[in-house]
Amino acid sequence: MSLATQQQDEMWRRVAIVAPYLWLLVFFLAPFAIIFKISLADPIIAQPPFTPTFDETGSLKASVDSFTFILTDKFYAITYMRSVLMAAAATIMCLALGFPMAYGIARSNPSTRSLLLLLIVLPFWISFLLRVYAWMGLMNNYGVINNFLMWLGAIDEPIQMMYTDFAVLIGLAYSYLPFMILPLYASLERMDLDLVDAAQDLGASRSRAFWDITWPLAKPGIIAGCLLVLIPAMGEYVIPYLLGGPESLLIGRVLFDEFFVNRDWPLASAVAIILLLLLVVPIVLLQRHQARDQEEAV
Amino acid sequence: MTHHSRFIISVLSFGYAFLYIPLLLVVIYSFNDSAIATVWGGFSTRWYGELLQNDLILDAAFLSLRIAVTSATAATILGTMAGLVLARFGRFKGRTLFSGMIFSPMIMPEVITGLSLLLFFVTLQQLTGWPGQRGFSTIAIAHTTFAMAYVAVIVQSRLMAMDESLEEAAMDLGGRPLRVVFDITLPLIAPAMIAGWLLSFTLSLDDLVIASFVSGPGSTTLPMYIFSKVKLGVSPDINALASMIIAAVSVGVAIAWLVSRRIARTSSNT
Amino acid sequence: MKDFICIEGVSKLFGDFKAVDNVDLEIGQGELFSILGGSGCGKTTLLRMLAGFEIPSSGTIKIDGVDVTNMAPYDRPVNMMFQSYAIFPHMNVAKNVGYGLRKDGIAKPEIKKRVDQMLELVQLSELETRNPNQLSGGQTQRVALARALIKQPKVLLLDEPLAALDKKLRERTQFELMNIQDELGITFVVVTHDQEEAMTLSGRIAVMDEGRFEQIGTPKEIYEFPTNRFVADFIGTINMFEGIVTVVGENQIQVYSDEIGETLTALGRQLVEVGQEIDIAVRPEKIFVSKEKPADEDGVCVQGMVDDLGYLGNRSLYRIRLKSGKIVQVSSQNRRRSVTRFLEWEDKVWISWRPRSAVVLLD
Repeated sequence: MSLATQQQDEMWRRVAIVAPYLWLLVFFLAPFAIIFKISLADPIIAQPPFTPTFDETGSLKASVDSFTFILTDKFYAITYMRSVLMAAAATIMCLALGFPMAYGIARSNPSTRSLLLLLIVLPFWISFLLRVYAWMGLMNNYGVINNFLMWLGAIDEPIQMMYTDFAVLIGLAYSYLPFMILPLYASLERMDLDLVDAAQDLGASRSRAFWDITWPLAKPGIIAGCLLVLIPAMGEYVIPYLLGGPESLLIGRVLFDEFFVNRDWPLASAVAIILLLLLVVPIVLLQRHQARDQEEAV
Repeated sequence: MTHHSRFIISVLSFGYAFLYIPLLLVVIYSFNDSAIATVWGGFSTRWYGELLQNDLILDAAFLSLRIAVTSATAATILGTMAGLVLARFGRFKGRTLFSGMIFSPMIMPEVITGLSLLLFFVTLQQLTGWPGQRGFSTIAIAHTTFAMAYVAVIVQSRLMAMDESLEEAAMDLGGRPLRVVFDITLPLIAPAMIAGWLLSFTLSLDDLVIASFVSGPGSTTLPMYIFSKVKLGVSPDINALASMIIAAVSVGVAIAWLVSRRIARTSSNT
Repeated sequence: MKDFICIEGVSKLFGDFKAVDNVDLEIGQGELFSILGGSGCGKTTLLRMLAGFEIPSSGTIKIDGVDVTNMAPYDRPVNMMFQSYAIFPHMNVAKNVGYGLRKDGIAKPEIKKRVDQMLELVQLSELETRNPNQLSGGQTQRVALARALIKQPKVLLLDEPLAALDKKLRERTQFELMNIQDELGITFVVVTHDQEEAMTLSGRIAVMDEGRFEQIGTPKEIYEFPTNRFVADFIGTINMFEGIVTVVGENQIQVYSDEIGETLTALGRQLVEVGQEIDIAVRPEKIFVSKEKPADEDGVCVQGMVDDLGYLGNRSLYRIRLKSGKIVQVSSQNRRRSVTRFLEWEDKVWISWRPRSAVVLLD
């Protein structure tokens, strides 16, 4: 191989690294730096509506007013708390429904398995917004569920489901269920079924064998699935907006409104930074987890 | 060989009903003649007709399609490179940051990604004058950024599952590394790239929150248009639109499934 | 006690498919018994029915006089060593071995004592705290064995116990298994597709095909006196000649074979009639090759030509073509040390065997 072609190869290798790297630095990392910068500014009525980081004399002008405001106003603490609780509740719902489903899929025979799996993935390809919208028609006061229950005679007047926390929970669980099932399925499917037989052979009952063997070995999938539901659910905007009540705010909606309605850019940025801080632990957990998973796969 | 307990079968049935009944009802109600979406007023296809005459929807759909094609293509190119780098290039300086940045956009809450990109574009405009108008290009850039993560993951896992000795054999037979990439690696990961492109395309068509942040006045994508209508409640023409999307996706996925099954069957026969 | 394990009329159906077809079998206490057959012959299904993972469609299984046909696996006095070894990956060696005792609610110090004893038996004492992914193939096999033996089962089931090991290790482990079995006196039931493994390991073998037993007997009986074509063909290599019975004597019969082109004598162990079509089967090592016609008068003696030959060190293999075109395989010991070949390609040779070396097969 000639030196020239070797150099050419080396050049292409570099392009393959640098192009995506640069793109992410500019369009992913730099924007985070800017959020951070603006969260330290003060809002003013101007275009853009925040004070510059350096004033005319060139000295640094950072203000933590937005952060103090968020940390002292009870409203934000409650909203963050509600977001965490809602996301956690949705995660538990997804796990409770998703685990037996993933188990059933992983243990069915190969031809049905691929069809069942396809039916889990299919909703991914249909608009998220429209899937949430579908529940509006179901949970309305005069929607399908209420009409059906009234026709049955189970209730006399409609139950208020829309614009409640219940509706938001259903919406979250519905939208994120596939995110739970897929990693669970992956870890259950690669489990050696002989292990469960071996446990039973050694004296464990069916349920004992499940808790001794299946559950701990599915743990990687459980952790990944829970984090994949929990993290995006914390910042969810569309579901609480369409299905939730006006007084039960979640943090994603607050961020959106601070920005677009109140035009307080520094405050919106500060809200985002604090949300990000809340998410750092689960995100790092998930990434470390996936890195380990990949190493094991090699 | 395996037989499921009654519990598993009932949970599976409940789970699939939970996933599909809402969609089914949307399709049924899209044929409802009544203008009040929750009251059945007889069978009709009028909402489909109205949909096709609604210029606002058609414009929004056209913009969304343009953005989706552009960002999916860009994301596939960049994501394939990133996947190759992660799976085959071993350790290099800055790898940890690289893989961290690849995976983060996938799980980052959309409000944060959207806000940060908007603030970035505003700052950039102040400094350089670009982008003068937010719309097509800013949305396409935003979508490329998070979609390339998905492409990278799909390509990487395909490469991980693939035998590296195929590439080594090609090099052993005298192929230069770059030629080997084009002759061996790319054809082998082509299915992953196609899947990645399709996924990016759908993600872009699907996105509401990020697009709402980074779009400017006058550029309304299809999800943004739908959201503005849906905010006000259930509406019959949205039912019709949703049904068309559900039908298109189901047909597409069914074809893809049948094709992949046939490929799997013929390859297992040989 | 001959009928320690007693299988009576057991069948197992999967849909329309008869995996095990009306099988009867008795295994004695302390026996090392092998079930030998190709893949899909039903041997694993039979083993899984003994373990309790499958319930027979019909028939009964008794162990030590107790009907266990419908008993759950965790209630049976039977333990199993899995083909994959099925070592729990999230437990260390001691935890794996002690698992069965923990499920029986035995006190911790007692468990510790018995785990130590067991690990000593399989020579793994120093690996107590290792994780399964740090074990070699042979060590994993011994952990699986220790785990299956610790509850002192009445019967130990072994599913392809050595298939996952490489050749050298397999030979050594074979003898270890036999020693342990001898020491503990537990009844071993082994399922295997490997005839060599079955032959060296077991006291008795059942050869299985399409859900039925073709023959049950000691390794010697099965090799030297196969009762049908399947067993003769399945175990080792054998030459089979089609023939028609011409004379039935008191102790021997005369058979005319087109493939040999001669009438030959065989010992008649079965009842045959004149005119019946039978097969004469001869093992390659029972056939002699020579350049000159041998003197032995009552032996079978045919002329042929060397079609192919192979040198294997301790012995040589020849493929001899007869006039009829039939190829006969012959294996002969290399007793003399020499670099020149005794036979070459295309050599004209005589092959011969004694009447008692041939087996008469009716079906």
